[in-house]
Amino acid sequence: MGSLYNMDRFLFAISFIIYGVSSVGFFINMLTMRKDAKEWALRAIIAATFFHGASIILRAVKGGYAPFVGLEETLSFMAFCLACLYVFLELRYELKSIGCFVCPIILIAMTGAYIVPSSVSPLPPALQSLWLPVHASICLMSYAVFALAFSISLMYILQERQIKTKRLGGLFKRLPSLDALDAINERCLKIGFPLLTVGIITGSIWAEEAWGRYWGWDPKETWSLITWLWYAAILHQRLTVGWRGRRAAIMTIIGFLTLIFTFLGVNFLLHGEHSYASTIG
Amino acid sequence: MNRELGETRQTIQGARDEIGLIGVNHKIAPVELREPLSLKHINKEPLSILSKVDGVREIMFLSTCNRAEILFTSPCIKETLPVLRSRWCNEAKVEPNETMDSFYEYINDEAVRHLFLVASSLDSMIVGEPQILGQLKDAYKQASSEKYTGIILNRLLHKAFSVAKRVRTETKIASQAVSISYAAVELAKKIFGDLHDKAAMLIGAGEMAELSARYLIDNKIKRLIVVNRTLERAVELARELGGEARGLDEIEDALIEADIVISSTGAPNLVLTKDGVRRSMRPRRHRLLFMIDIAVPRDIDPDVNNIENVYLYDIDDLKGVVDENLKERTKEAKKAERMVEEEVIKFSLWLNTLDILPIIQLIQKKGEAIRQKEMERSRKKLSGLTDTQLKAIDVLTLSIVQKILNDPIVCLRKNCLDEDLKSVLVDAASMLFNLEQGPTSSECHS
Repeated sequence: MGSLYNMDRFLFAISFIIYGVSSVGFFINMLTMRKDAKEWALRAIIAATFFHGASIILRAVKGGYAPFVGLEETLSFMAFCLACLYVFLELRYELKSIGCFVCPIILIAMTGAYIVPSSVSPLPPALQSLWLPVHASICLMSYAVFALAFSISLMYILQERQIKTKRLGGLFKRLPSLDALDAINERCLKIGFPLLTVGIITGSIWAEEAWGRYWGWDPKETWSLITWLWYAAILHQRLTVGWRGRRAAIMTIIGFLTLIFTFLGVNFLLHGEHSYASTIG
Repeated sequence: MNRELGETRQTIQGARDEIGLIGVNHKIAPVELREPLSLKHINKEPLSILSKVDGVREIMFLSTCNRAEILFTSPCIKETLPVLRSRWCNEAKVEPNETMDSFYEYINDEAVRHLFLVASSLDSMIVGEPQILGQLKDAYKQASSEKYTGIILNRLLHKAFSVAKRVRTETKIASQAVSISYAAVELAKKIFGDLHDKAAMLIGAGEMAELSARYLIDNKIKRLIVVNRTLERAVELARELGGEARGLDEIEDALIEADIVISSTGAPNLVLTKDGVRRSMRPRRHRLLFMIDIAVPRDIDPDVNNIENVYLYDIDDLKGVVDENLKERTKEAKKAERMVEEEVIKFSLWLNTLDILPIIQLIQKKGEAIRQKEMERSRKKLSGLTDTQLKAIDVLTLSIVQKILNDPIVCLRKNCLDEDLKSVLVDAASMLFNLEQGPTSSECHS
């Protein structure tokens, strides 16, 4: 097992480095508008996702459970999902400069995963259930989708400001069109929201198994509900009155901040039964 | 009778026809005045009416969306001008006295300068827009094919076309107008990405709006809606561009369907208010709206830009997009104006040589008359000669006459630029050659 342990850390480190290289490539592409920089960055990030995926699998083999338990594992998995999503998006739509906005988020998550003490410890009985990998992976995937929506919305706000104030600087040329960004934002919302919904439902089923109740108004649960309601409101407004554009982008950004708080803040600031990040790890 | 008298006087005195120009344009006259003055609604050819005004020799009539102008020559310009203007107003059913201030009137050099500025698109609403030259060419073709133009206007118009060409090729003025439409389309692409499922609405039928609309069509927009104050013109333009026509009262309904709006009416007040646009946003389901206001004065309330998801650009904003460097732009305009000035001077030199043309013709005529007379007198004595020999004598006498007259004529031509010297020389020449003497006054009695 020793070699395996080292192996997964090793692969993780390699993917971390390649993500970094890829980010540099995207920034060079953005600054110089050189196409080859972007091509290389894209290749790098694809390679990184392979190493990263392999490290996650090794980790699962080593621990003997789905690796979505500790903070390190969750951050790592979320970064992995985001990287995969981005690669998919890039290959499908070929939009300018998104890499520059997504890669930093991946890097932050990876840094977090790297810093947090890593250990593979046996699962506490409360967490031992089939619902765990289902609940955790679905939630993390929705987080990744919302992280992408967050970057896209940030780009939208930047581009929108330039067009509105008629000061078309260098960024103007480098960012995609408003409609394209808004369309991706909408798609993210339409994918992320059902994922989050399913994630919360499976979580409550798991809660029933573990603690004998579906819903306990534990801070984590409460904040999940707040986040869910917020995204539901965005989706509702979009589908009924056609809210889009800047307002939708701002709401998406706020939504993601709420999500981060639910994901991390609750664990550090408030205490509840969900507090895996601070106690287990 | 009058005209004949004027001609004799002119031939002797060297007083030539003068050039006059009256018109209205987008800068001072509202569309309500420009439209009737374009004389599009009358059944007759405008030139056939206007050319009958006393004193008018050559005439040409230009009318576009943004201007209506009459260019003419007359031996007594100061008298002809007001008569022509009131005749024009009568035909257009416009009150001449009330609208006095909306007209501009130019004579000679000023008229030439104005025409050159118009032709080079320096007087256009959008400086450098290319269509005015074509419209001017059409107007000239119309006038010249009916022989309404003569030596002066023919020369003047050809000069105007070459000035326009020079300005176009030697300055960046022309590329600017094109690049404004280009910038509008680029902006539209940054807002909408692909334009193939977008609808554009054209309000008013100005030159620039049409140009931008064509650019959008080239970029494969889905539909085009043309809105105009007069539905007829909307239908006409819609047919030309392949769009749908709507009346001005349907504008808010049309706004619900449109994604890109280009407005360029000549209306004195706002066509689209902030409330009107805001009202449309809900039924539009808050789809992004890109509005371009090319009109001066504005058609769309500038405050509209503050509405969520609406982006309003006026012509200055677009110019700013094209070229942040204002100095460069004014430099190009200065360069173009300098070119026009050069050409105006050249043309007025040519006009001055026209002054002495009649006296030169008289001298030549006299020489030829003497020659013919002497040839006739010697005919009997020469009867024994062959045809070739006769012909040789004819050529010989002709060249003797020409050689003798050559120096005086060259002297007249060379010195015609100096007004004082010119009149002295003309008087001297008519005395020396004993040319027919006429009255010295060049005043007009109509």
